[in-house]
Amino acid sequence: MERVDVYPTHEHNGYKLRVGKPFPFGATFVPGGINFSIFSSHATACTLVLFDKGQLQPKAEIPYPLEFRIGNVYAMTVFGLDIENTEYGFRMDGPFSPEEGHWFDRSKILMDPYARSIGGRDVWGIVPDWNNTYQHRARLVFDDFDWEHDRPLEIPIEDLVIYEAHVRSFTKDPSSGAKFPGTFAGIREKIPYLKQLGINCLELLPIYEFDEFENSKVHPETGEHLIGNYWGYSTMGFFAPKAGYAATGKLGMHVDEFKALVKELHRNGIEVMLDVVFNHTAEGNENGPYISFRGIDNKTYYMLTPEGYYYNFSGTGNTLNCNNPVVRNMVIDCLRYWAAEYHIDGFRFDLASILGRDPWGAPLPNPPLLESLAFDPILAKCKLIAEAWDAGGLYQVGSFPAYGRWAEWNGKYRDGIRKFLKGESNLVGEMAQRIQGSPDLYASRGPTASINFITAHDGFTLNDLVSYNEKHNLANGENNGDGANDNESWNCGWEGPTDDPEINALRKRQMKNAVAMLMVSQGIPMILMGDEVARTQHGNNNTYCHDNALNWFDWKQVESNAEQLRFFQHLIAFRKSHPVLRNRWHLSNQDRVGSGYPDISWHGTQAWNADWSDSSRVLVFLLCGKHARGGLVADDYVYVIMNMHWEGNWFHLPGLPSGRLWHIFANTGMPTPHDIWKPGSEPLLDDQGGLFVGSRTVAILVGK
Amino acid sequence: MQITINDVQDVKVVQLDGDLDGSTAPDAQTQIVPLAIAGSKIVIDMSKVPYMSSAGLRMLLVLYRSIAGSGGKVVLVGLSSELEDTMQLTGFLDFFSHFSTLDAGISALT
Repeated sequence: MERVDVYPTHEHNGYKLRVGKPFPFGATFVPGGINFSIFSSHATACTLVLFDKGQLQPKAEIPYPLEFRIGNVYAMTVFGLDIENTEYGFRMDGPFSPEEGHWFDRSKILMDPYARSIGGRDVWGIVPDWNNTYQHRARLVFDDFDWEHDRPLEIPIEDLVIYEAHVRSFTKDPSSGAKFPGTFAGIREKIPYLKQLGINCLELLPIYEFDEFENSKVHPETGEHLIGNYWGYSTMGFFAPKAGYAATGKLGMHVDEFKALVKELHRNGIEVMLDVVFNHTAEGNENGPYISFRGIDNKTYYMLTPEGYYYNFSGTGNTLNCNNPVVRNMVIDCLRYWAAEYHIDGFRFDLASILGRDPWGAPLPNPPLLESLAFDPILAKCKLIAEAWDAGGLYQVGSFPAYGRWAEWNGKYRDGIRKFLKGESNLVGEMAQRIQGSPDLYASRGPTASINFITAHDGFTLNDLVSYNEKHNLANGENNGDGANDNESWNCGWEGPTDDPEINALRKRQMKNAVAMLMVSQGIPMILMGDEVARTQHGNNNTYCHDNALNWFDWKQVESNAEQLRFFQHLIAFRKSHPVLRNRWHLSNQDRVGSGYPDISWHGTQAWNADWSDSSRVLVFLLCGKHARGGLVADDYVYVIMNMHWEGNWFHLPGLPSGRLWHIFANTGMPTPHDIWKPGSEPLLDDQGGLFVGSRTVAILVGK
Repeated sequence: MQITINDVQDVKVVQLDGDLDGSTAPDAQTQIVPLAIAGSKIVIDMSKVPYMSSAGLRMLLVLYRSIAGSGGKVVLVGLSSELEDTMQLTGFLDFFSHFSTLDAGISALT
C-alpha cells in the first residue's frame, strides 16, 4: 500500500517538498526523496543549499518553511534529487556576537555535521580551488553495503595484538609494490603481510575526513611544501571516511572501498579499530575557518569561556563540547553508525580525558558521555580505549572513568619499560607491576584495562628509541620546539646512525628486548607500524606534517631487517600459543590451583630469590601453566629472565614438576637464528640447572 | 544507454552500451531484473560500458541478489580493467564470476 508521505505538499522554484522527519539527523533516503534534518538551538532560520557535484554556484537555495521546524530541528524532504550528483549545505541565520558565543554568518555555506560523505578533497594532495566558498561538501551515501555473513569479530580483548598504522604511510612508498599505494585498497593488498606478522587488530590513525592542507607550510631548509595535517588528527566530519584515502575517492566510492577493506580484514581474522578524535574539530580558534559547527550552533558544539573564547584543552584551538547533551548524542550516533554500518570492532579515543570534562572544562566524576558509551546497546561488544589524558593537564592513567568497559593507553607502561630497557636503577618494583598488567593502576579493572605499548605514532619509533637521546624535529619547521622531550630513550653510545658494529648489535638486541618485554606482559600489546622491521624517522618524534619517507613504511626493510621481523613473528605466535600470558584477571602471586607454584613467582640469579633492591636491573619471573586463565586452561610453564644490567650473569633455574623440562624459546643475546625459535620447536636446554644470560639480554624459557 | 537482450541457447545475453550511472541504472534495472526467473542464466556484457558509478554497481548487485534469489546465475563479461579495479576495490566483484569474452561467459553457464 502506498504511503501518503511519498507525495509532496510544498514547492520552491520547481523543487517538490514535504515536511521532513526530525530523526535521524543528516540526509536520509526516504521513498521518492531525501530527508534533510539539522539541529541548531540558536539559529533563527535555516536554508538548504543544493549544488550539482563540484559546481561553485548552488543550483538551489530552499529556505525551510516555518512549519518544517520542530523544536530546534529543521526537517525537510526534497523529492526527485539525483543522489549521486547532489551536494548540499546549509545557511544559518542568527546573531553574530562572539562575546555571547554566537558566530552566525548567513554568507557562509555550512557542511552538515552528520554528512556521511564529504567531497572537496577527493584525491589526496590535489591542490584545491581556494576560490570555492564551499570547500568541504556534504554528499549523499547509499548505506546498503552487502556484508553477507560478516560481523565484528568480537575477539576477546585479552587475545588482541594491536598494530597501529597510518593508512597512507603503510603502502605509499613505491617499495610497497601496491597497485593502489597509500589507500584503503593498498592495505587490503598487504593483508597477507599482517597475517604473517600475526597481529589480529589493525588500529588506524584517524580516517574521518580531514584536510591534509590544513595549516600547510614550507620546509625551513628545503623549501619543500609540507602537508599541514598528515596524520589526520583534525576532524571535519565525524561520519565520513576520508575520500583521499580511497583509490576510488575520485569516483565517490570511498565508503564502499573502506567497507570492503573491513570485510576482507575480518575474513582474515583481523579486527579494525579506529583512532577517533572527538576532542576538537578542524575549525580551530577564533581565527579558524567556518566549516560546519561554528556556523551551525557555535555555542552548543564548543566549550567557550565566559567571554566567548574557545577553551583549548586539546592544544589545537578549540574543544568539542562533548558533555553538552546534543553533542554527546552526536558522538553516540557517530560511533553507533561506525559500529553498525562499517562493522568497526573498536575505538581508540584521542585525548579522551576531554570527554570527561563538563561544558566549562571541569573534570566530571561521572561523565555522562563516557557512561553512555560504556552502556550503549550497539557498542556493547566494541572495544573502547582511552588515551587517558589531554592537553589541558588532566592525566587519568589508572583513574579514567571506566564503568567496567574502558581500557587505556597505559602511558606508565611505556615510560617504565623504556627506563628499565635503558638500564635505569630503582625500577624492578615498577616493572613487576607493569608486566603483570599494572595491578597498581587497574586493581579492580583487570589487566585487560591496560593497553601496553612502548612506541606509538606520537614519539620515537622503536629503532629511534634505541638510536637517539634527543628528538631531531627541525624538519617540522618549528625550531625543534615541537614533540615530547621526555622520551626516556638511549642511543646506545652514538647519536643516530653509525658503522660501529657493537653499537648496532646492541641496538638490535635492545629492540628485541623491548618486543620481548611487550609480548610477555599481561594486558594488551600494541605495536607501532614498522617497528617489526626497525623503521626509522631519523630521530623525529613528531612527524605529523610529513608526507614522505619520514613516515612511509619502507618495504625494502622487510628484506633487510628480516631478522627482526622473524623475531617479532615468533614472539607474537608465542604469545598467542600461551594463554598464561593472556590472563583476563590479575595474577594473585599465590597458588590457587594446588600446583605447588604460585601463578606468578619472582626469581633472580638464584631461583626463588628475587633482587628487589634499588640497584637491581634484573627481573625474573615464572608463570605457572596450571594457572593459565585462572586454572581454566592448560598451558606450559614460562620463565622470563630480563637482565638489563650491563654485565651478563649465570641464572639458576627453578625446578619443574616431574615430566617437564626447560626448553629455550628466545635469547636476545644469541646471534640469529638462535635468538628465537618457532613456538613448538624450542630446543631442550642442555643444562637444566641454569644458563648464562648476557648483558642487556632477555631470555624466555618454556617448561614443557 | 542502449540495452539489447539476445537469447543464445538457454542463456540471456544482455548487452549494455553506454555509461551505467544514476541516470541510466534505474532503466537498466527495470529491463533486466524481470529476466530473473527460476533457473535463468544471464550474461551481462559490459564491454561497451566505459564508466560505471555507484548506482551502476548497485544495479549489478541488485541483479545478482534477485537472480541468486530465484535460483538463477549471472556472470559478467568484457569488463574494462578500470571497471574491474573499481568493482574489486569496492567489494562488488566478489559476488560475480567474470570472464573476458562473451563466449567464455556463455560456456561457463552452459
